[in-house]
Amino acid sequence: MTGEVAVLGAGMHPWGKWGRGFVEYGVAAARAALADAGLDWRDVDSVVGADTVRGGYPGYVAGATFAKALGWQGARVASVYAACASGAQAINTARAQILAGLADVVLVVGADAAPKGFFRPAGGDRPDDPDWLRFRVLGATNPAYFGLYARRRMAVHGDTPEDFAQVKVKNSAMGALNRYARYRARVTAEEVAASAVVADPLRLLDICATSDGGAALVLTGMEFARRHGAADPVRIRAVSTVTPRYPNTVLDLPDLATDSAVAVEPAPETFRASIARVAYEEAGIGPEDLSLAEVYDLSTALELQWYEDLGLCGEGEGAKLLRDGATAPGGRIPVNMSGGLASFGEAVPAQAIAQVCEVTWQLRGTAGDRQVAGARVGITANQGLFGHGSAVIAVR
Amino acid sequence: MRIRKPVVTGWFAGDGDDFRLLGTRCSACASVFFPREEVHCRNPGCPGGALEEVPLSRHGRVWSYTDSRYRPPSPYVTNPELPWEPYALIAVELESERIVVLGQAVPGVTVAGLAVGMQVEAVPGVLFEDAETVWTTWQWRPTGVEA
Repeated sequence: MTGEVAVLGAGMHPWGKWGRGFVEYGVAAARAALADAGLDWRDVDSVVGADTVRGGYPGYVAGATFAKALGWQGARVASVYAACASGAQAINTARAQILAGLADVVLVVGADAAPKGFFRPAGGDRPDDPDWLRFRVLGATNPAYFGLYARRRMAVHGDTPEDFAQVKVKNSAMGALNRYARYRARVTAEEVAASAVVADPLRLLDICATSDGGAALVLTGMEFARRHGAADPVRIRAVSTVTPRYPNTVLDLPDLATDSAVAVEPAPETFRASIARVAYEEAGIGPEDLSLAEVYDLSTALELQWYEDLGLCGEGEGAKLLRDGATAPGGRIPVNMSGGLASFGEAVPAQAIAQVCEVTWQLRGTAGDRQVAGARVGITANQGLFGHGSAVIAVR
Repeated sequence: MRIRKPVVTGWFAGDGDDFRLLGTRCSACASVFFPREEVHCRNPGCPGGALEEVPLSRHGRVWSYTDSRYRPPSPYVTNPELPWEPYALIAVELESERIVVLGQAVPGVTVAGLAVGMQVEAVPGVLFEDAETVWTTWQWRPTGVEA
């Protein structure tokens, strides 16, 4: 087991389509997290920024831009980019600095100002870039990949579009209770079924939007937290940042093909399942110990896939777990009590940090109407483009 | 007359029944790569062999499929003055290479005509055309053999 770090502060800027710059969202989230921690920005030893790719130089090379906006005070800086997994890598970088004794107090910030419509690759002719190629050669948007996964689940596991819609119904009901969510209206299954097909079999309300937003955490060493008067803080016990193993036999964004398994037998577990397993092993717990999970529901169907990849149920049983109400409020293992990406839309470098914010509030017992009673252990999970695993386990 | 050019050089060749996707194969461990690896074998347990061009199987089975109901963004090339015509995307499992390769379906094939497990074949197709060039690609076409 790895040592733990304390989560002293969590803060967010509301998700939306605000039309302002990412720096503003990140600074608002950072100030909220510092206030929550009861710390002054000048107490921060190190700032770690999760980069957006939509701010010229990636997030103006994010950590320094946030530090400058908060007022230069000489803190150590690091910046990371790992697509959707950027936030988890920023958290892991902060944790590593604390556990290595390089810093006592680290501020983690991610923020994005998203474009309208489909995400697209960076500009210019770049035929050596798989992300450019999949758009140029196939027109394969992110929702197209989500559609492929959803159809595969329908064929192999018997999931139905009605199952997928129920994920949206569940998550939108929670988003309605979350003041940081972009979408605050409850959605019915009929509304999902009446929305336009984007990438068969998925409809507009099955697929997460792209949003503006910012999230931040203040992480500290355990001894610092005690000195600061936090006797029983939320602690991060594991961060999984694994890559796939060859051959990776599940078609991943942005690839045009899987690895071939002709020469090497694939591992019995998929990449996504390995992300969770490594987190469980590091934390010394199993899925049966979880109070709640925040998973990356880029589509409704993907949330069901995560149930299985996290070991909340067996392979192919995700839809049944949902139908049984196990992942709803009051169920055995509530999932996406924040409202999920269904209610937020994705603000890429902020999203994995926002997942940990929600888990922090749940473990503190301050999640209000969304509170999971007696929450003690939470996991977050996502997967970043190009092979970035991301999962965080927090306990209290 | 406009010239025909592949949208990516070296990924496919041939006409009619001779059309094939082209990958590479490691001479040391026999791993197959598509898109082609040219320099290093990506099998972490392989000492590294020469990568030689290899044609992929022409036939495969549908692993999954979807479509693009909305116009994809650039760098996908479309004529914004024409109404958007959705096309199907098919992920195809090639049995002997144990690989899944994504491609567009031939024009006219919609998701309603597809099923997981159905047999398809790789055929030459046109991705887009401009004033000087017809840009060619690979497409998947159902053979009529069901799952």
